[in-house]
Amino acid sequence: MPWIDACSPQDIDAEDLIRFDHAGQTYAIYHAPDGTFHATDGLCSHEQVHLCNGLVDGDTIECPKHNGRFNYRTGAALRAPVCIDLRRYAVRLVAGRVEIDIG
Amino acid sequence: MTIFSPSYPPRDYSLTGQSRQQAIDVGLASAEWYHSDVPRKQMKELMQRSDGPAIRDTVIWLGLLGLTGGLGASLWGSWACVPFFLVYGVLYGSACDSRWHESGHGTAFKTGWMNDAVYQIASFMVMRNPTAWRWSHARHHTNTIIVGLDPEIGFMRPPRILMTALNFIGIPFIFYDLRTLLRHAVTGLNAAEKTYIPDSERPKALFWARCHIAVYAATVLLAIGLQSVLPLMLIGGPRIYGCWHMYMTGLIQHGGLAEDVVDHRLNSRTVYMNPVSRWIYWNMNYHVEHHMFPMVPYHALPRLHEVIKHDLPAPNPSILAAYVEMTRALLRQRHDPSHYARKDLPATARPYRDEFHALEIARDGA
Repeated sequence: MPWIDACSPQDIDAEDLIRFDHAGQTYAIYHAPDGTFHATDGLCSHEQVHLCNGLVDGDTIECPKHNGRFNYRTGAALRAPVCIDLRRYAVRLVAGRVEIDIG
Repeated sequence: MTIFSPSYPPRDYSLTGQSRQQAIDVGLASAEWYHSDVPRKQMKELMQRSDGPAIRDTVIWLGLLGLTGGLGASLWGSWACVPFFLVYGVLYGSACDSRWHESGHGTAFKTGWMNDAVYQIASFMVMRNPTAWRWSHARHHTNTIIVGLDPEIGFMRPPRILMTALNFIGIPFIFYDLRTLLRHAVTGLNAAEKTYIPDSERPKALFWARCHIAVYAATVLLAIGLQSVLPLMLIGGPRIYGCWHMYMTGLIQHGGLAEDVVDHRLNSRTVYMNPVSRWIYWNMNYHVEHHMFPMVPYHALPRLHEVIKHDLPAPNPSILAAYVEMTRALLRQRHDPSHYARKDLPATARPYRDEFHALEIARDGA
């Protein structure tokens, strides 16, 4: 299983996200209000805009360009103009680091 | 040559023609746009949603609509109804546009259903198919004033001065908009609309068009039955007699500025204006700021302006000043298709990138 070291938990403010690039792919890593971490594709499924500049509000991420919304825990597309769900990636905390499974 | 007779063939602004392919070929489609630097913490504060300001404004808006519409209707037949309909017309035929716009972005309210409710009401009032225009506006933000890709370009070159002036009384757009709604209701979307509306959304577009047409048909039948135009003064008619403020503010958003650039500072206009107009317009006079950061709600745009104004062109100091700048450019565009009002960036702009000024794509014969 290709678990990849992504960042420190302290790198992401609570209820926020960061961009993480690896091997030509871009991911979004979220720090939820309940303290858990989550990961999805880094680009909006609508027009390939980086989600890292968007707004995390509870369980949702809003795209900074067209205001489409996803549930980042499930990847579900919630609000037009997004119609296609985000791909999710498993996340774990190991030795004080955030790792994501990009497999 | 007069101001009514263009001196060169019109550029192709269709979404299915040569300009579209040209824009794609040179990399203007879904390009990376310039953004002023705003620290993440500060931007998160500016993006925060709140129900309070929009609930306050919507209660005032709907309350005044009910009050002025009721008084106008009760005084119908006397001159005393005129001032009430003048106010009602602007609240209906102009304020609907900004409510449509902001709730369509989902930024007016924090609560989703409130945005959706106001969006549906305002879409009806402004005579726009709520589904089709949601996608149209998303494309406008992706490709702002990119010829061949943006479905919401207000001024096409050569500009049509007389037709533009008629906008202030809703002509010809009320006919275009009704015709478009009727086409959606009967035959569906056309080829251009299908370039930006996905298959899954098309049944919704037909449904809402049929709903809107049904209400307008019922209003006309009621007017015929009552042998009075009063129903049309209350429903639909304000898009003629009350839309002047919507066009007054809307035309200067991008009018006369550069086409085919990927910097909103060069194709959008921020204009200082009076507080009443800003309330009707929901602060969209900060139009550069809105396009650069569409996540920021209308009530936070003045604060955003203060944060990034050092990186923007000087705002037009008034609506009149914006019209002077725009009209000069439009008049020159009657005979010079390459002309536009160049917005000079401040010397402190970070970064100052002159290639944005030089990026406008020369058209055939320019």
